Formats: sequence, C-alpha cells, structure tokens
Amino acid sequence: MSKTRKTIILEGEEIEIYKGRSMAQETWRRLKRNKGAMIGIIFLVALMLATTVASFVYDYDKDIIAMSKDRFMPPSKDHILGTDNMGRDIFARVLYGAKYSLVISLGSTAIGLAVGLFLGALAGYYGGLIDNIVMRVTDIFYSIPYIMIAVVVVSMLGTSTMNLLLAMALGTFSNFARIGRASVMTVRDQEFIEAGRAIGLPTWKTIVKHVLPNCLSPIIVQTTLKVGSNIISASSLSFLGVGVTPPTPEWGAMLSDGRSYIRSSGWMCLFPGLAIMFTVLALNLLGDGLRDAMDPKLKR
Amino acid sequence: MIPTLLVTSLLIFWAMDLAGGDPVNQILPENATYEQREILREQMGFNDPFMVRYFRYIGGILSGDMGKSYISGLDVFGTFMGRLHMTLLLGGSALIFACLISVPLGIYTALHQNTWKDTLATVLALFGVSMPNFWLGLMLILLFSLKLGWLPSGGTGGIQYLVLPAVTVGLSLAALLTRTTRSAMLDVIRQDYMTTAKAKGASYRRVIYNHGLRNAMIPIVTAVGMQFSYVMTGSALAETVFGWPGIGRLVVDSINKRDTPMVTGSIILCCVLMAIINLAVDIVYAFCDPRIKAQYSGRS
Repeated sequence: MSKTRKTIILEGEEIEIYKGRSMAQETWRRLKRNKGAMIGIIFLVALMLATTVASFVYDYDKDIIAMSKDRFMPPSKDHILGTDNMGRDIFARVLYGAKYSLVISLGSTAIGLAVGLFLGALAGYYGGLIDNIVMRVTDIFYSIPYIMIAVVVVSMLGTSTMNLLLAMALGTFSNFARIGRASVMTVRDQEFIEAGRAIGLPTWKTIVKHVLPNCLSPIIVQTTLKVGSNIISASSLSFLGVGVTPPTPEWGAMLSDGRSYIRSSGWMCLFPGLAIMFTVLALNLLGDGLRDAMDPKLKR
Repeated sequence: MIPTLLVTSLLIFWAMDLAGGDPVNQILPENATYEQREILREQMGFNDPFMVRYFRYIGGILSGDMGKSYISGLDVFGTFMGRLHMTLLLGGSALIFACLISVPLGIYTALHQNTWKDTLATVLALFGVSMPNFWLGLMLILLFSLKLGWLPSGGTGGIQYLVLPAVTVGLSLAALLTRTTRSAMLDVIRQDYMTTAKAKGASYRRVIYNHGLRNAMIPIVTAVGMQFSYVMTGSALAETVFGWPGIGRLVVDSINKRDTPMVTGSIILCCVLMAIINLAVDIVYAFCDPRIKAQYSGRS
C-alpha cells in the first residue's frame, strides 16, 4: 500500500510517520492516471460552465424560443450549427438545453438512488418478509420496459418536467434497490456490524453510518452510469412527445422537432444528438474510470 | 409470476383510471346526447367502484377475454398477437445482428488486449453505448435513405425494410455485448484449463472456441437475456422512427389515446412475454453449461 511520509516532532525527537491515504484520495490518485476518465471530467465541467454562461448570455424569450425569419439556415459563420424551422439558433439552444438534460437526469437519478437505496438497504439488512416484498416490487418494475412505465406515469400525472423526473425515478429505483440489497447483504454479517448492535446503536444509525459507507463504490459507479443512461431516457421520452414539451430546448424535444424536416435540414437532427452522445460518453468514461479506480482487485 | 402479474395489472389499471379521460367520449361520437352517454356508462359498468371494475377485468382475463379497444373496438388479445410477430422479427434480427458483430469482436479484443486494435474497438463500443438509438435511426435514415438512397426510410415489406430498424436497435446492443464478451473472455483466458488445453496440443481455434468461448458463454447469455427489456424499449423507439407496426408503438399510441383496455392488456402480455424469455434464457444456460444441466437431471 502506498503511503505519504510525514515528519513530526515528539518529545524533542524528530520521527517519521506514514499516513495512509483515505479511500477518496486513493481513488482520485488512480482516477487521475486514467485518460478517459479525465477527458470525461473535463468535458462535463466544461459543459456545465458553458450552460451556466449560456443562461446569462442568452435571453430565454428573445434568443431561445422567439421565432425569426432566418429559417432552415445551414451551418454558417452567423449560425455555426445552423437554425431550425422557427429560425432559432441551434447552437444557443443546444447549449441552453444542456441545463434541462443535466437537471432532469441528475434529479431523477438522485430520487431513484435515495428511494432505491433505502428500500434495498432495508431488504438486505432485515431479510425475510420485508426482503420478499421489496424484491417482488422491484421485479415488477424490472419486468416492464421502463419506457412504458414512464409513458403511463406521465400520461397519468400530465406532461411536465417535474412529472417526467418522477416517472424516470420510478424506472431507476429498482436498479439501485438491487445493488443496495446485494451490497448490504455482503457486509451484514460481519463483526463490526454485530459490534455496533452489541453497543446498542439504533438500526438506522448502523445502516447509515456503518453499512452503507462500506458499499459505496458499486453505488457511486452505478450512479455515474445511470445519470448517463437517464439523459438518453429523458430525451427518448421527449422524442415520443411525453417528456419536456416544445418550445423548451431540451435535446430530445429538439430531435423530435427536427425529425419532420430531416429531408431538407438534416443538421436539425444531427447536433442535438451529438450533444447527447458526447455527454453520455463523458459520463460513461467517468463511470468506467471510477469502477477501475475503486476496484480493490485492480490495485496497482 | 402470477402475483407479479396481478400487482402489475392493478397498478396499470389504477394509473390509467387516474389518467382520466372519460372512456365514453372515446366510444361515442361527439354529438351523442347525455342520455346515450349515461346508458352506455351504465352498460359498460363505468359507474361501478374501482375494485369492482378491476375484478371484473381480471375475471374477464381468466375466462380468456382481455376486453376490446375503446378506439377501434377490436379485441385486445387479437390486436396484440397480430403485431407481436413484427416486434419479434425486429427484436430477433437486432439480436442476431448484435451477436454476429459483438461475439467475434469481443473475442478478438480480448485476445489482443491492450493493443491499439483493442483500444479502437473499446472506444467504438463506448460510442455505441452512449448513443440514443432513435437518434442513430435518424442518422441512418439521413445517410442510407436520403443521401445514398440505398434503403427505404420506413414502412414494411421485403428484407430491405428490416435492415435499418434492425441495425438501429442492434448496434447499441452490439456495443454492450462486445464489452461483456471481452471481459468474460479475459476472465477465461487466464484459467489453468486453457493452458492445459494448449499444452495438450489442441489447435488455437479449438482452444479459443471449445474451451474458452464455451466457458465465457454464461455471462454473455445472461447479458443477452437482461437486454431483452432494453430491446423492447429500443424497439418502441425504432418503431416510431421507422413507422414499424409493432407492439412498442401500439402501447405508446394507446397510452396517448387513453385506450385503457389496450394499454393494460398489452402491458400484461408484455410481462408474460418477458417471463417466457427469462425461462428461455434459463434453458439456454443448461445447453451452454453442462454443470447446470447435470444439476437439473440430478434433481429429477
């Protein structure tokens, strides 16, 4: 195990001590060596900066949704990604729209993570009847293609960004419940958990403070990958017309718009799709990098 | 499986009930009188409490009647079955296409681990996983039907109509399976029995295919089985892009039209389909791995 050296003075004598790295430090050290993961991180940070800047630079009503007479302009010096059927600049819309895709996918993953982990931890820790009930529920959500769940939920609650978020969280939680359960079951019977129980720690504290931190790495990796796949899901739903509605510049909704004009103005479909692909690619690179960095078997 | 189906049907039935839309408006023409509406409502039992309607519905299913569509008046089971073969054809050819590409590619990259060929294929696979497949479909249409004019952009008919949808659904699947095959083969290659087989003078081909691939098959088959839900989702999107008359589009269209019997029936049948596929995957396991087969025959 690699250690950092540190010199301290004890009773007037200079001695060297070795301080081990924490898990986060060790992971970051290994992650830094992974080119793909670093490209992913840089891309994601740049995208977040760009979309933040874009929300200051562009005026939503004037630049993002207002019509203009420059309709169907191919990419040129004035509009580097061209304009769409309403004469809106695609570059501005793609940058501005990153916000929606990121917020929806992060939000739905976060809700799915919280609910799934809670249920999974309960099931894994207690076993028995609770385990059975939770696992059957996740089975149900596993056996229906997520897109059908999401479409039903959105049509039940009405089309809005918040409802889309909830619908996607519903499709996400079963995944985390399974991971949470499996991870909790691997540490449940170990001595330190028993020790916690022996000194009278409340169950929730045992789970939150002692069980979950020991199952962090699969959860972190899965979260990163899920954020990516949720970007695709959100855009798929918008594409089917049950997600974010036009004129909001969400990437899937832009693709859905562009589909009608694919014969004449292919760029309307090309660029929002590229934006989705590169963002998801960055998240996948980061997720793969984290998996390698956190895998104790792969210690270099 | 039966309890799962019961709960699923209850949830969907409830969601569609909340989704609102008076079914009477969908069945009768717009100029129907108030009395006509009331009579129909009484006839169809729409005034009954929710649970009464639900159990009547379940009773109907048990006696082989899944109800009739509010919109078209056609039998739900018949409509579903009439479209099933289209989705199976699309999903099946996508799966075959994916396996044909990914298994050889996965083996090849595992055998050439850490060379530029491996890196190239891994990066390509990562791109494939990161692409929304409806967007891939749009791009394929743009290139092969609009620019080159080689293949039709949608509809059904001969094999040329199948190519683009199948490639759309299959390509991201292929990317995923390549990654699985590669890691499964990497695990197997290092095993002692591979060295033994080589030492006994078995040919390269025999070592890789009979000793290596055979043992790597289990994770690959698992991945294929797990991806079937994904294939259904992907088909729903590809069916929308290419105007392919399959189940995915049937469900999405019916939800948008609030056609409750069609939605509930189709989703229940989808769950049954998934269960059958999972069973099929288990049977394939036994064929792949003689150890599993021995387990079953030992028990009987």
